Amino acid sequence: MMLRLAPVLIVILLVAPILAGLAMALLPAFGYLPALGGERLSLDPWRALFAEPGLWRSAAISLTSGLLATAISLAVVLLYLAATTGSRLDRWIRRLVSPLLSIPHAAAAFGLAFLIAPSGLVARLASPGLTGWERPPDLLIVQDPWGLSLIAGLVIKEIPFLLLMSLAALPQLDPERRVAMARSLGYRPTLAWWKVVAPSLYPLIRLPVFAVIAYASSVVDVAMILGPTLPPTLAVSILTWFSDPDLDKRFLASAGAILQFGVTATALAIWWGLERLAGRLMGIWVARGGRRLGETSLHLAGKLWILLATVTAFVGIAGLAIHSVAGFWRFPDALPGSFTAANWARVLPSLAGPVASTALIALASTLLAAGLALAALENEQRSGRHPSRALWLLYLPLIVPQIAFLFGLVVVMEQLGTPPTHALITFGHLLFVLPYVFLSLSEAYRRFDPRWSQLALTLGASRNTLFWRIRLPMLLAPVLTALAVGLAVSIGQYLPTQLLGAGRVTTVTTEAVSLAAGGNRRVIGVWALVQAGLPLVGFIIAIGLPKLLWSNRRGLQGAP
Amino acid sequence: MNAPHHLELRDICIRLDDQPLVELEAEIGPGEVLTVMGPSGSGKSTLLAYLAGFLAPEFRASGQVLLDGRDISALPAERRGVGLLFQDPLLFPHLSVAGNLRFGMPRATADKGARVEQALANIGLVGFGNRDPATLSGGQKARVALMRLLLSAPCAVLLDEPFSKLDTHLRHEMRRLVFDRLHEAGLPSLLVTHDREDAEDAGGRVIELSH
Amino acid sequence: MRAFSPRLAALLPALLLTSTSLQAAPDPTDWEAVLDEARGQTVYWYAWAGEQRTNDYIDWVAGRVEERFDIELTHVKIGDTAEAVSRVLAEKQAGNHDDGNVDLIWINGENFATMKANDLLFGPFAEELPNFALTHPEHNPEVVTDFTLPTEGYESPWGRAQITFYYDSNELRGDSDELGGDSQEIATPPQDIPALLEWAEAHPGRFTYPRIPDFTGSTFLKQALIALTDEDEALYAPVDESDFATVTAPLWDYLDALHPHLWRSGRQFPATGPEMRSLMGDGELSLAFTFTPSEPAAAVADFELPESTRSYVPRGGTLGNVHFVAIPYNSPHKAGAMVVANFLLSPEAQAHKQDLAVWGDRSVLDMTRLDDDSRALFTLDESNPAMLPPGALQQTLPEPHPSWMTALQDAWQARYIGN
Repeated sequence: MMLRLAPVLIVILLVAPILAGLAMALLPAFGYLPALGGERLSLDPWRALFAEPGLWRSAAISLTSGLLATAISLAVVLLYLAATTGSRLDRWIRRLVSPLLSIPHAAAAFGLAFLIAPSGLVARLASPGLTGWERPPDLLIVQDPWGLSLIAGLVIKEIPFLLLMSLAALPQLDPERRVAMARSLGYRPTLAWWKVVAPSLYPLIRLPVFAVIAYASSVVDVAMILGPTLPPTLAVSILTWFSDPDLDKRFLASAGAILQFGVTATALAIWWGLERLAGRLMGIWVARGGRRLGETSLHLAGKLWILLATVTAFVGIAGLAIHSVAGFWRFPDALPGSFTAANWARVLPSLAGPVASTALIALASTLLAAGLALAALENEQRSGRHPSRALWLLYLPLIVPQIAFLFGLVVVMEQLGTPPTHALITFGHLLFVLPYVFLSLSEAYRRFDPRWSQLALTLGASRNTLFWRIRLPMLLAPVLTALAVGLAVSIGQYLPTQLLGAGRVTTVTTEAVSLAAGGNRRVIGVWALVQAGLPLVGFIIAIGLPKLLWSNRRGLQGAP
Repeated sequence: MNAPHHLELRDICIRLDDQPLVELEAEIGPGEVLTVMGPSGSGKSTLLAYLAGFLAPEFRASGQVLLDGRDISALPAERRGVGLLFQDPLLFPHLSVAGNLRFGMPRATADKGARVEQALANIGLVGFGNRDPATLSGGQKARVALMRLLLSAPCAVLLDEPFSKLDTHLRHEMRRLVFDRLHEAGLPSLLVTHDREDAEDAGGRVIELSH
Repeated sequence: MRAFSPRLAALLPALLLTSTSLQAAPDPTDWEAVLDEARGQTVYWYAWAGEQRTNDYIDWVAGRVEERFDIELTHVKIGDTAEAVSRVLAEKQAGNHDDGNVDLIWINGENFATMKANDLLFGPFAEELPNFALTHPEHNPEVVTDFTLPTEGYESPWGRAQITFYYDSNELRGDSDELGGDSQEIATPPQDIPALLEWAEAHPGRFTYPRIPDFTGSTFLKQALIALTDEDEALYAPVDESDFATVTAPLWDYLDALHPHLWRSGRQFPATGPEMRSLMGDGELSLAFTFTPSEPAAAVADFELPESTRSYVPRGGTLGNVHFVAIPYNSPHKAGAMVVANFLLSPEAQAHKQDLAVWGDRSVLDMTRLDDDSRALFTLDESNPAMLPPGALQQTLPEPHPSWMTALQDAWQARYIGN
């Protein structure tokens, strides 16, 4: 009975808050919110919104950075997959990319900012020898008005996501056989992949790509660190309006949230159009039957760009580490003049609270999500049905921009008088943790050989025995991986924590982002490093525990 | 395990999209093996899935499956008392050899440890209880799988081409072992195969499914 | 386990809802009763958290009040005080009159004006605090005046700020060489607002100010406006009593001329004063300013600025003000909040705050009111070369009426955003 309720519960948990949040953004956007004195519907919030200085620029930056970041990440991932030959370099790249997935966006953004700033690591390494700079050049790189550094920061983090999504989808296409077939027809290997695998792969990773567009066009924390400032991106502007002491700005902020919804929808629509166009061009290109032209450059690009992005991310994290122990560090010295533990010693006493909150919220939301996901998948197995329509609902929290419905949700919570507790934030995180946990678990669940279950049942095991004694232990590795993914997603959440927690509950992420404004790279270095380290602990346990538990069970080493 | 069992398939008809796929009427006495043969696509696996209780929802079945006179066709798989032997031995990789054998034993079985030891001795694997199943040879795995089935005390047995993946010299040996044990235990069995030698060794009646 | 306590604290008032709402507000004249009531309370202090040194100090306060008064003090870190004001206002609108989230706010200026105008503050309480007398308000009217408005006991003074400029003496020495001067002689840093423009023209990209609406940046606007406008007295009355465009026209002319010579050609600004400091540390800027006079010296000790850093106050003085703490009218922990406010005024807390190694924020206490032992706590090490010379803070310009701050911020954003 409980099991049968699980899918319904999941749908309610995911859909109800989003609909409620959107409704409570829509009403104030048209002037209706009695608690704040808005009794009648009107267009005033929209007039006020359009009168905001730089509004259209904000919206345009959000739109273009979302689209460009997605297009570049997708291109880099496809180029890499096309050029991959299973060489040592390829395997090395793949091993390097995976841990990047667990690094929170904010930490990666800080790392990039410290790297490319005019006084950053790159300029220091190249100066004064190569550049002749004795002091940092007056160049607008980080937070540039066109959002280029924002796009770069997003690309670094979306590449691992799209790569892992593609790697999960590829086996069902049997790419080796397809490429071998095309090669036997005279196509060079990289071109062969582009012409016979890529067109079938894209439909399988379409939803993750949409999620990336939605995320990149409405992100808050990365945009606060790397995005333009005069004006900032639309999502960041909405955040400022919402906390303005002039409460009339809340109506304006609600209209802004709806505009953000529109911007993201527009980005998705433009992408959809580009898909058509790219599909047609691909068709012509494939039909022309070129077998060699461009092979070498495609092959090289496949290694180069992903390597550049990955190495940038890692050097950025290393930069955080150096900053966290730096004494005085004059430009253009490549390394600090002295090293000190003082920065850590100073932050350490205040780490405990946020780390405990982070862990508590992450564990609670992840365990809840895993419980629900397992219950729903188990129900699917027992009823023998595979509901595929529900997949769209799972992606709903990932495709509707966070900022568009979270504000409405906060208004709902304020009206209900719900205090900002850890429980409320856990519930907020669940919205984003559940889809990822479910998606990564369902993969493993559906690939699980049904004969194991049939066998256990014919041996007289009950359905519960089957679950606890066969399915769960055999799926231990993927279940732990799903848990680690859930933890990483929760740890990286900025907006839901900040809004639902009313700032009262601080996690390492809110702490690190709030320090961004202070610009103290040493302290930011410490916090960002802690933020990047926490999810890594989860992944190490997820990889290590099954190895330890099943150390004398060869059949489970490296299995599903 | 000692009481003789009796399996009766009465007026079985399995349909897909209202097209009859398998039609069967048979009676299998204690220790008897009924062999069902047919090319792929003839509905052999569907028949097995139906009898074991795993028929996919797109199929519709009518008729009665009587085990010792009781209609089990509406029961869930785990309460039918019908054991299943697959092509692969499918030893649970997270359990030891003994753990695999214990897994199917009814909860009330007295003195499980001794039963497991005895079973291992029966198939020449004394001292293998704590072994990781992945370290066993193909023939050893097949024998453990058979013992696991028998220890679960089924009332009837379904065999899904259980010998097709074995080497030629092992195949004959396993056939003997399996059919002897099933006969000893007095279990009615239904064998599905496309290998005529299987049918000959089984020694019972043969039904050809055509398509 | 501390992570659980906010949740418990949030549950308790809900359980005790009736008793809380019927309970009378604590009376600061009966201090023993306040201390009793405060025991065991959790006080949520919403305070700007852009500066690690301030956060560390608040951590220290939290430790002390827990030890002495059994109060759990939680620093709710915010990027802009307006967030806390907005929260209390929203709570009032939603009808939450006795169980608000905010117990204490670090506040002054336009945020105080907004809260007071909307009846969002508890009080008067400040002048009844046992330690308040140590500020000697009769001689120091700034502790009871906030941006021209009388505080009337609705906020309790906490610290003092005054615009202080600082520069890297090595940098300026090098620059004077470029200008053909004697390389051994330190060039004089700009001594007033017009001189600052000349300096910026001569040193393009070496100066900037924090992005509006940051309070340090907004204070720079006011400082420049006071220096440039002919109608000073208009600034000390509400903005709608004068012609904003006329009064501020010289300021916009000035900024239009200044921006092309700023860091990043005025197309980007640091978010806060501390970020400006880190740009100084990176060598991107040669001249900067702060609201905390001892900040440059403290930053040298923290390895953030070079040892050649020097501070000064331009001729004619700079804007200064006092910052306060206030208690929202719907705080469920008013007693605890008052005990914290009083502790912040104690010689111990004020001296620790003024310590360069801690924060370096100047005390609001009047030294003549302290006994010798307490006074000794405040002795400053003036030999630090990055510190201001003694007596530099004599000339403090008073803050304009708070409405000017908001008006200037809006005008600045309309003029410079999106261009």
